[in-house]
Amino acid sequence: MNEIISNLAKSWDWDTPSKNLSDISQWSSNFSEVQELVTSMDGERIASVVRAGDESFTVCVNGEPWSNTFEKAWSLKFSPAGVLFVIAMNEDEWSVFEEDEPWNDTFEYVWNLNFSPNGKIAGVNVRSAEGYGASLNGETWEHKFVQVRSMHISNDGRNSAGSVQMEPLSEGDIVTFKKGIWGLAVNGHPWEQRFLNVWGCAFSGDGTRVAAEVRLKSGSQTIAVDGICWNEQFKAVWEPVFIPGTHEVIAPGLSSKGWQLHINGSPLWNQPFNQVWRQKFGPDGKRLAAVVSPDFGRWSIAVDGTVWKSTFSDVVIEPIFSFDSKHVAAAVKNNNRWTIAVDGVAWNQGFDMAWNPYFSPDGNMVVARIALGKNYFVALDGKLVLGPFEEMWDPIFSPDGESLLVKCVDDSRYFRKILPVKELLKK
Amino acid sequence: MGLAPLPLVNDAGMDLPIQELTPERIAVVFNRIMNTETAARFKVYMNTCVHCGLCSDACHWFLSNDRDPRFSPVGKVKQTLWTLVQKKGRVQPEFIKECSRIAQTECNVCRRCSMYCPFGIDIAYLLLTVRRICSELGVVPQFLQDTVNSHAVTLNQMWVKQDEWIDTLQWQEDDARAEVRNARIPLDKEGADVFYSVIAPEPKILAQLIGNIAQIMAVAKVDWTMPSFDGWDNSNMAMYSGDFETMGRVERSHHDAALRLKSRRIVMGECGHAFRGAVYDGPKWLGWREPPIPLIHAVDFYHELITTGRLKIIKKFSTPVTVQEPCNIIRGRGLGVKLREIIDATCSDFRPPEPDFEHNYCCGAGGGVINCGPNWKASRVKGNSVKAEQLAATGAHIVITPCHNCHSGIEDIISGYKLGMHVKFFSEILMEVIEIPDELQA
Repeated sequence: MNEIISNLAKSWDWDTPSKNLSDISQWSSNFSEVQELVTSMDGERIASVVRAGDESFTVCVNGEPWSNTFEKAWSLKFSPAGVLFVIAMNEDEWSVFEEDEPWNDTFEYVWNLNFSPNGKIAGVNVRSAEGYGASLNGETWEHKFVQVRSMHISNDGRNSAGSVQMEPLSEGDIVTFKKGIWGLAVNGHPWEQRFLNVWGCAFSGDGTRVAAEVRLKSGSQTIAVDGICWNEQFKAVWEPVFIPGTHEVIAPGLSSKGWQLHINGSPLWNQPFNQVWRQKFGPDGKRLAAVVSPDFGRWSIAVDGTVWKSTFSDVVIEPIFSFDSKHVAAAVKNNNRWTIAVDGVAWNQGFDMAWNPYFSPDGNMVVARIALGKNYFVALDGKLVLGPFEEMWDPIFSPDGESLLVKCVDDSRYFRKILPVKELLKK
Repeated sequence: MGLAPLPLVNDAGMDLPIQELTPERIAVVFNRIMNTETAARFKVYMNTCVHCGLCSDACHWFLSNDRDPRFSPVGKVKQTLWTLVQKKGRVQPEFIKECSRIAQTECNVCRRCSMYCPFGIDIAYLLLTVRRICSELGVVPQFLQDTVNSHAVTLNQMWVKQDEWIDTLQWQEDDARAEVRNARIPLDKEGADVFYSVIAPEPKILAQLIGNIAQIMAVAKVDWTMPSFDGWDNSNMAMYSGDFETMGRVERSHHDAALRLKSRRIVMGECGHAFRGAVYDGPKWLGWREPPIPLIHAVDFYHELITTGRLKIIKKFSTPVTVQEPCNIIRGRGLGVKLREIIDATCSDFRPPEPDFEHNYCCGAGGGVINCGPNWKASRVKGNSVKAEQLAATGAHIVITPCHNCHSGIEDIISGYKLGMHVKFFSEILMEVIEIPDELQA
């Protein structure tokens, strides 16, 4: 849960202990097919694409179908702000439906439904007769491209970017490819610079700058910021991030020394690793953590360059900071068992699956959704405190840290529960 | 069996780049790779080889080219690496083209030779090192390089655009529903038991295979998913061209996709090289000792579904069949017995090839050789007459090929040597013999 969600959470109902919002088994009686369930962040709504007739689909929300029906519908998602979107098609025209209302434009195809971190803007990649582009809240990029492959939206939702192919390429044409025909389009306007490849872009916090991984030639990659490459080149790079509040960029780069984090092209942490990726700043904008492999086949988290004492054999997902930036947790897998590690200390129990952990507002507790077999549980500080459920979504701490919002399907019924943390800890 | 002698092959991926090379530049790249990317393993192999030539009879290229020693594994190393090492990389550009031709188009890195080497030298590794040198010098057969370019751009090997991928899955879901009630291809389902990945020829030219798997999953009641985003292609020709950085990016994308969807395990479609890339070479380049989540090949998966009764075989495929045992899952992973068991469970007239299991010959297409493109097809087919003889001797009408490279390579051999046989993926056999319960009949 990030700061934006935490702010949104202040307006949610934290008083009603339990709401049975829908009987999912009833959905199965009413519709011949019920697809994957999604829930709003506040837990008040649960939805699914359902089959409305032999040849049509619709969206069911808390048991009630939308008025629109579709030949196809997919990518059903709630935005962080709680608005429900689906990509849908009728008569070979695709569009985005927002709370049962279509966007104005229709397209030959629509995909990559994504939201701005503040939850206010929804964006998709689109294909039309004129070419490939993007559409945000129904406003479509003016320029079209031979191909577009990603959709990134700035924090405030004002800017969007995607890697784009600038020229057509015939089958087997390695000569044209070598000249560089890929760029990054920001709000539909491409950088002047072309590259062999453009991957993994990121906006600065204020949304005015964009950085991306670029390949200059075989075995030579670097980071470009607004199209301008770092002076240093690497065998390979991974996705960049901006230092919060600045226009400085951090990215992993591979040199003959190994993988290192670099700032604007210069080494940031001196220690090279077998691998480093998923670097992330804490809410204070200062502490930096990343997933690292200090030894071959061992994985951990490094915080400000210092590696946790514990390492794990299989995988470490990503660092998650506490609100005060003092603590870091991560979902890890060791010897084929998932668990949560907090500041380098793994919970004792292993699970069949663990989702990203989240800190309480004061940073003293950690909660995570975990799975044992096909049963889902709430794990709090390493203890299973609630469950099993047939389905469950990430639990969320209340802004005061006193309660947990648990969204779950139990005995085919969907519940939104508010549970006092103190009571849970007694279990 | 034999085909006519071959003309000299021109290839823009080799002929053009060597014009920009100099002996000095070649030496710099060669020595960098020797000093930073090879180590004791390389030296041990190079120094241990006693040039006995026992590897020769293991190689289908040698056997199919009149036992010409230039086609023997040790001959290929001699013509490339020995000279490079001896001259410390200071060779003429034309020599690099020769290295590329030998390493990229006349060796399938199938590792059969290692089984017959008295010291177990991994000769394929040595020829992959030659490929790495050639790749770093930009000398790679045109269509193999084009495939790698596709991997780098799209993270799949056939330039499949993101919208085309999703559209194909939705179309195949419709087709599957026409056969099996409520069959689905669940996109981006979180927490599924199986993350199913394929190689790009499936959405591009063999989409019905995806429809088949949707039916199989529905009948077997498998909780599964496929991603709508990049990472769905498990293949990796960059591993074979020597572009390890692109290889790493492709593999990361594949494993990340499964991790993002919190899948319990990855099941890969019927492809051998993709399995090698996803289980061995790719994870290790990224720092993983093993894939971060369990990963199994389709043969393993079908074996599980059949032996646990989740798929019921109601009749046997009666046409005489034989099998092409993919090097990377049989010699490389030991799935030979499981493959034989699922064939026995589904086919009534199996004609085993000779030799078989891990001793079986390569199809001649693997190791990136078929991706070198049409210019090299004639030499590839000529270089595997032993396979044609082996298949013909079985008397089978169908060759089961649980690997895309094998499938295409054996098709070319059947056509080139006029064997009058046909190829089938194992899933195509399954579709003819499994029970679709009444309640699932569309």
